[in-house]
Amino acid sequence: MRINCPLCGTRDRREFTYYGDAVYADRPADGAPIEAWDDYLHLRDNPAGETRDLWYHEMGCSSWIEVTRNTVTHEISATRLLTDRKAPAKKGKKT
Amino acid sequence: MRIAGKGLIDRANTVGFRFDGKDYTGFEGDTLASALLASDVKVFGRSFKYHRPRGVMSAGSEEPNALVTVGKGAAQVPNVRATVQEIHAGLEARGQNAWPSVNLDLMAVNDLFAPFFSAGFYYKTFMWPRAFWEKLYEPAIRRAAGLGALSGKHNDESYEKAWAHCDLLIIGSGPAGLMAALTAARAGAEVILAEEDHRMGGRCLSETFEIAGKPAADWAAGIVAELEAMPNVRLMTRTTVTGAYDDGTYGALERVGLHIANPPKDLPRECFWRIVAKRAVLASGAHERQIAFSNNDRPGIMTAGAVRAYLNRWGVAPGHAVTIFANNDNAHKTARDLSAAGVRIAGLIDVREDVEVVGDFPVYAGYRVIDTVGRKGLRDVVIADKSGQISRIVSDCLAVSGGWNPALHLTCHMNGRPVWREDIAAFVPKPGMVPGLEAAGSANGAFSTRACLAQGIAAAEAALEALGRKPKKAEMPEAEDGAVRMRAYWEVPEPKHRAWLDFANDVTTKDVRLAAQENFRSVEHMKRYTTQGMAPDQGKNSNVAALAILADATGRGISETGTTTFRPPYTPVSIAAMGAGGQGAGFAPQRFTTSDKAARERGAPMIEAGLWYRPSYFPRPGEKTWRESCDREVMMVRDRVGVCDVSTLGKIDIQGRDAARFLDLVYTNTFSTLKPGRVRYGLMLREDGLIMDDGTTACLAEGHYLMTTTTAAAGQVMRHLEFVQQAHCPGWDVRMISVTEQWAQFAVAGPLARELLNSVLETPIDVTTPPFLGVADVRLMDVDARLYRISFSGELGYEIAVPARYGESLYRDLVARAESLGGGAYGMEALNVLRIEKGFITHAEIHGRVTAFDIGMEGMVSAKKDCIGKGASKRPGLAGPEREQLVGLRPIPMSRQIGAGAHLFNEGADPVRVNDQGYVTSVGYSPVLKTYLGLAFLKNGRARHGERIRLVDHLRGTDVVCEVMNPVFFDPEGGRARA
Amino acid sequence: MPSLIAKSACDGLLPLSEGGVTLSEAAPARVTSVAPFAGQEKATDAALKTMGLGWPKPGQSFTKDEAQILWTGRGQAFLISASPAELDGVAALSDQSDGWARIRLEGAGAEAVLARLVPLDLRTAAFPTGSVARTGLNHMMMVLHRAGAETFDIMVFRSMTASAVHELHHAMKALAARAAAL
Repeated sequence: MRINCPLCGTRDRREFTYYGDAVYADRPADGAPIEAWDDYLHLRDNPAGETRDLWYHEMGCSSWIEVTRNTVTHEISATRLLTDRKAPAKKGKKT
Repeated sequence: MRIAGKGLIDRANTVGFRFDGKDYTGFEGDTLASALLASDVKVFGRSFKYHRPRGVMSAGSEEPNALVTVGKGAAQVPNVRATVQEIHAGLEARGQNAWPSVNLDLMAVNDLFAPFFSAGFYYKTFMWPRAFWEKLYEPAIRRAAGLGALSGKHNDESYEKAWAHCDLLIIGSGPAGLMAALTAARAGAEVILAEEDHRMGGRCLSETFEIAGKPAADWAAGIVAELEAMPNVRLMTRTTVTGAYDDGTYGALERVGLHIANPPKDLPRECFWRIVAKRAVLASGAHERQIAFSNNDRPGIMTAGAVRAYLNRWGVAPGHAVTIFANNDNAHKTARDLSAAGVRIAGLIDVREDVEVVGDFPVYAGYRVIDTVGRKGLRDVVIADKSGQISRIVSDCLAVSGGWNPALHLTCHMNGRPVWREDIAAFVPKPGMVPGLEAAGSANGAFSTRACLAQGIAAAEAALEALGRKPKKAEMPEAEDGAVRMRAYWEVPEPKHRAWLDFANDVTTKDVRLAAQENFRSVEHMKRYTTQGMAPDQGKNSNVAALAILADATGRGISETGTTTFRPPYTPVSIAAMGAGGQGAGFAPQRFTTSDKAARERGAPMIEAGLWYRPSYFPRPGEKTWRESCDREVMMVRDRVGVCDVSTLGKIDIQGRDAARFLDLVYTNTFSTLKPGRVRYGLMLREDGLIMDDGTTACLAEGHYLMTTTTAAAGQVMRHLEFVQQAHCPGWDVRMISVTEQWAQFAVAGPLARELLNSVLETPIDVTTPPFLGVADVRLMDVDARLYRISFSGELGYEIAVPARYGESLYRDLVARAESLGGGAYGMEALNVLRIEKGFITHAEIHGRVTAFDIGMEGMVSAKKDCIGKGASKRPGLAGPEREQLVGLRPIPMSRQIGAGAHLFNEGADPVRVNDQGYVTSVGYSPVLKTYLGLAFLKNGRARHGERIRLVDHLRGTDVVCEVMNPVFFDPEGGRARA
Repeated sequence: MPSLIAKSACDGLLPLSEGGVTLSEAAPARVTSVAPFAGQEKATDAALKTMGLGWPKPGQSFTKDEAQILWTGRGQAFLISASPAELDGVAALSDQSDGWARIRLEGAGAEAVLARLVPLDLRTAAFPTGSVARTGLNHMMMVLHRAGAETFDIMVFRSMTASAVHELHHAMKALAARAAAL
């Protein structure tokens, strides 16, 4: 599996650490009810299709990356830096 | 027998080798199979279940029968295909799955019990009595099972792994592959051409057809020479592409040193490659099929194409009187080639009545083979005509062809299924099953030479277009373009004896029909129930025929019956190759501190802390056990002064205008109030409210902090901090970097710590400078250093940090000075006892399921601010009297020994799970208090100080009553550290 | 009072040589990590330009005489063999001089050696002189810099120097054995 790091280019999966679903990047606000925390920590959709995960380029530039990936075809259609989340997702470099 | 004037072997170079204890000679270029066939060896091994004598069937890596063991001792390798192993001087090989030998195998008694060993027999026998399964059946079956055997010895031969990158990977170097490589290379693409064989050319090496007006082998050699000279082409022989993976990554196994006599120690035996290719062409050719008939597995029965290969490439005729049995015109070439070489053709049997054959040998059109004779080597072939009239042909080699199967396995590696083509009665790849991979040539169902060449060119041109390169005008060499003439024919009907499908797992047509009869009708079920397709050849020689039989037995078409899929690896890959570099200490990087050398010189045994090595204790002359050293070191620190390397703890430099705010977010307590020159202990939670780590953070200057983490959690904490910053506060002005390696850091602890340090520091320190939990820049021996006043031992303690280049030197100096003061170096064992005496926690206590409340630090979670984990820590069940809380334990009487891992029960309660009150996390013997001490988690522990609790270790057989107490056993006011 | 003795990261381990490829220590005079503070990217670049360098883009480096600046990660670069005084206040500075070993791999077979340990395409077209990558040397974090056509500077954590040297040497020996035997 190869992931396109927006800074380093396409790299082998072994350079990255997988964290989980992209919802982790949106933590509930201070004072949010327990249910919001339970949802954030534990409840997930499990699609046969497009999903968005968070990967850490641990052996590379230390960027956290949001990866849009299809769990059926394995195709990675987009990656972007977590810090760029306000901007639209960049299409994964296809070679 | 060897045929003069034929073959591509080097007759000038003879090679001596040994098989089953006998010496043979062959020529350079021979495989074990070709050299032994040349010497008229018939039996190569015994079959898996029935132990029937078996010989070579093919000339390639798909070989199911001739699996041998090569080498001796630790270097022994089982299940090597004799058709792939190149001979070299001194090669030693032997047959497998037979005792005492392949020629006399007592296990052949299994063959007599064949009627009981049909498909699924394990599930129908060995069921009763149940007790016998473990005691008798399983051990007996284990002994009888398997093919070759591993040596069981540690193998320290060299293997390697490597990466390669290219624009276009071409798999296979037959006509299609060579044309694809040439087309792409001439257009300037970076090409890798991988060939499984030790020589490039594919079928060009085994056939007598011509390409561009010359013998195919010469044409191939010319193309290879041109490719070799191009700097953008990489030729990889002896390299099998074993798997297609996501995103254009391919796994490949290169046999580097398996063909060399006395290889040098550093030469890898094999190399496992990961090839990253933008595009790929699968030009892997096709495998010839057998036909199922009675006793179709005898030594001497081969595929027709293999017989041609042995003749044309190796100059070997596998028999003196050869018969051919086929359903297609392609197989007739075997008769013609052999005949032209002077080998007698005993008969050509073709199931098609209307076939026309030209040749000076007997032709039996419309006949079929109904039996064979000759257990240890074919002697007679029994045939019958349409009316059932039987004749016998004397023959010692039967060349069978049921057609060809494209070698499309790689195209299925991403769960793809191929499509059936009725006209060639074969499966072909469905385009796009592996993104970026296109099949060409016979692998794609094209069987004329011209079609293969054309498809190779076309596939390369398609790849070039995708790569944005322009192909040069392709020159199509002249070649034959014959049509495929065949009639699908899977089995001779109503065999009187067993007819084999899967030779490697001994599965017959009867087994497949039985599976269908017992309602295992799906091809996936038939496969598992009969084990057809599950042998080392992964069904290469039996899949299509088996599913044709299943289709017939279940009244469906082949297309409707479908196929199972293929998974990597295409051929077996040794785990040593995949794990190259990972043996022993190579498994992970080893991390050594600057004091490592000095510690080992003192005889300290080292223990692993994460990837680091740290000294356990420092034995002195006269000390016989680790406890003696540990007790002495503890007292040394409590009474005099000790020196310990603490460099391994994570250190993270954090700077920026928002650094303080950031620390307040990641820690439970407040750090924005920490003044420069001060150090504070902090607790860090995971977002689910459980403790991730604890440590101290120092304020070096305004907006500049140094955080410490526990040794093994350093990477995890760094990852966490980066996540918090990038996900939750991307705009904040905070920058961080690890400085764990920059500083060598040593704890100096004990009542004489200050005295020791004042003997090296340029400016003396006193009780207030720096203060307890303070940090200061200092200078010692002409070097700028940092001094922290923190204590993990509970004694007056400091940590002195210098740039790592001075680490070894400073450590030696500090230890020498400590020794002159009656102290010395102390290791991890003593470190652990010192902190247990003080009730200080480590990751033994904060093991991932523990909250701040559990360790009595809920007061450290500030009510005034948010922090990571605060929200979730309020979930019901994470605080309260039902929680297991940190307590101290002391055995009653004090002389009893306790250990970590034990569980706690109320006195009088049965020590079983439902009565579990908690567990012990850390134990040490305290030479100060002269008793064992334990830290434990006990239900509602803080309310139970003074109670008695029963400590039971079911594993070690300990059962001791303990007193529950405050975990700070020694110096509870903490006055010693503040001295 | 005696002085402390300084030991370099590769002390006692290098140089090594196999089959025309050499491994030696190229310890830099000093290394400082530079991470521009928020909004100070341009100021950092300007300050570096006064030193004859500049702020490197991902994968890039600048060299001026002895001084080098290598991109090393998200918002971060290593300033090598130069004083960071000009950058005080505009960037977070952290002394990294002692935290890393710098090993120089040189020779015609250097790319082939690294192919055993590095998952990147290191051929000249994909990784020309001056290129920098943060990647793995097998399972070790590494800053890789191509200093010349046949010269690679490899930076790994000081504590992992022995492992790095061992694995590089092993790859060098395997390649030398291939050249001799095949």
